[in-house]
Amino acid sequence: MTRNILIELIVQNHAGVMSHITGLFSRRGFNLEGILCAKIGDGSRSRMYLLVKDDEQLEQIEKQLGKLYDVLSVKVIEKFDETIFDRLQEYAGVETVIVPD
Amino acid sequence: MKYSGAEIITHLLEGQGIDTVFGIPGGANLPLYNALYKSKLRHILARHEQGAGFMAQGISRSTGKPAVCFATSGPGATNLLTAIADAKLDSIPVIAITGQVSSALIGTDAFQEIDTYGLSMPITKHNFLVRSAAELLEVIPEAFRIAISGRPGPVLIDVPKDVQQECIEISSWPEPANEIPAIAPDLQNIKVAAEMISQAKRPILYIGGGIIHADASELAVKLAHYSSIPAVSTLMGSGVFKHDDPFYLGMLGMHGARYTNKALHECDLLLAFGVRFDDRATGKVARFCPDAKIIHADIDNAEFGKIKKTDVALHGDIKDILTLLLDLVNNQNRSDWIDQIALMKKQLQPAPISDDLFNPANIIRSVGALVNSDTIISTDVGQHQMWVAQMYPFSKPRTLLTSGGLGTMGFGLPAAIGAAYANPDKKVVLFTGDGSLLMNIQELATLADLNLNLTIILLNNGHLGLVRQQQELFYSGNYIASRFATNPDFKAIAEGFGITSYDLNNHQSPISLLSRALSEQKPCFINVPIHHSHNVMPIVPPGAANIESIEG
Repeated sequence: MTRNILIELIVQNHAGVMSHITGLFSRRGFNLEGILCAKIGDGSRSRMYLLVKDDEQLEQIEKQLGKLYDVLSVKVIEKFDETIFDRLQEYAGVETVIVPD
Repeated sequence: MKYSGAEIITHLLEGQGIDTVFGIPGGANLPLYNALYKSKLRHILARHEQGAGFMAQGISRSTGKPAVCFATSGPGATNLLTAIADAKLDSIPVIAITGQVSSALIGTDAFQEIDTYGLSMPITKHNFLVRSAAELLEVIPEAFRIAISGRPGPVLIDVPKDVQQECIEISSWPEPANEIPAIAPDLQNIKVAAEMISQAKRPILYIGGGIIHADASELAVKLAHYSSIPAVSTLMGSGVFKHDDPFYLGMLGMHGARYTNKALHECDLLLAFGVRFDDRATGKVARFCPDAKIIHADIDNAEFGKIKKTDVALHGDIKDILTLLLDLVNNQNRSDWIDQIALMKKQLQPAPISDDLFNPANIIRSVGALVNSDTIISTDVGQHQMWVAQMYPFSKPRTLLTSGGLGTMGFGLPAAIGAAYANPDKKVVLFTGDGSLLMNIQELATLADLNLNLTIILLNNGHLGLVRQQQELFYSGNYIASRFATNPDFKAIAEGFGITSYDLNNHQSPISLLSRALSEQKPCFINVPIHHSHNVMPIVPPGAANIESIEG
């Protein structure tokens, strides 16, 4: 099985940014396993984590993300705690529910 | 002094060097048109927003400069989308400014409200939804900077009506935007590339629209000549090489000559410069230049490895890259390779073309012989487009305006109008088909308004010819929806718009009529009946490798 890898983006924080990024993934047929996003600093920027497969698409994903005007930086992170994506409900204070496939 | 958002837009467009905008007014951009009334900008009223978008493209494609179009909200914006998507695929710097319903109405399904921002996102280089008049001071110059820097492309700016009307005090204006200089090419990679070129036995230079965007045509030709590298071109690269240049092998790909595709198949080094390995150029990618190492030079970093693995990537302005390479490559004659290609050319002769003037190849060549080399050729999309690409004697960059990436029927007439408007010293000739022309025929009215030096040559076969051809060759002759049940009297239609019209049908001396029509300095329409059985040859069957093309 292909392992997952994390892409960290620093992006401008305005209403259309998330659409630009998710639109890029759907338009180019890239797979996206998870997203985390929150504003940073004074709120003019956001940090976004995209969970993607570490496969032959990764290079194009990085390059195409880098072309988006509102994306200020793209960094690939190999070492990270993937359980954060599984434990989101804990952080939200909600009881963990396993949704059947 | 106080300015409205609309006045800010017209003021900044003027500062950006724009003198003309193309568009159609409507409810949500009326404040903008009111500002136009008082500005120095000239407005050209199109008859459909798609026409306005392609007219702006005609300016940009023929001059290399950014051009502007306007549309209102809702249907105005949706009508514009095809022209914007077309600009995206061919990397044309068009700025589209659309009116939007007032901010308070956004999201309420108001009259003529549509999510223009959302719709234009995947078909623009970037897009903006402006939220205040003050934002325009940043957004307008930024839109130009984005459109013209790096790989060019269209930018859409959606401006709600209340933002156009909002008045703000302005004490100083932003500087007009300039192009951001491209990244300097990596010298080590240039050295490696130069060494590979020097060592190669059978190199081929594969050039495309990127060479034209970078104004690097002379340098590309110089490299081919200096180091004896035979060159092939994509549709978008037409005009970089003179059609009769001894090193030029013509267009590659789906409708390229068989020897051209054969030479590519045999090459040991592919210099892919300003190209994106489009499927119409490569055929089956796995079998495209199977024995070649690839040096890929492009302004867009994301093009490297997108379709084909690259051995050396040269990222930067092609002009800089070619200049640096020319200092390093050696002068050689590669006579074995040149002889080998000459032999291929002899062995793979195209099917002979009949003498009949009404063979489209002969019409196109006759026009090529009658007009001078500055003439700008616009085409629509289909068989006539490929015949022009194959037969017309191009010899200068920016003399072919054609919808390469999106393949938009209806492109030709409005693009030709834009080009004729921007190049009053040149003749513009539109080659079109009866299917394509009907898709934006309303712009004959705009042409009549402007009285431009534009000759329209309609290769009229009563069919969607390229569809008919594919049904004949690849769908067992099951013709469906490719023949028009009726064929309108196009000469009468053009005359109805007030345009001088001719019909070559049954004319005693068609060549002298063609010559007379082309010598007109005003709009002129010529109907040329052609038989529907003419096919574009050679053709690579769907899914096949380029060397598997069929000829007749």
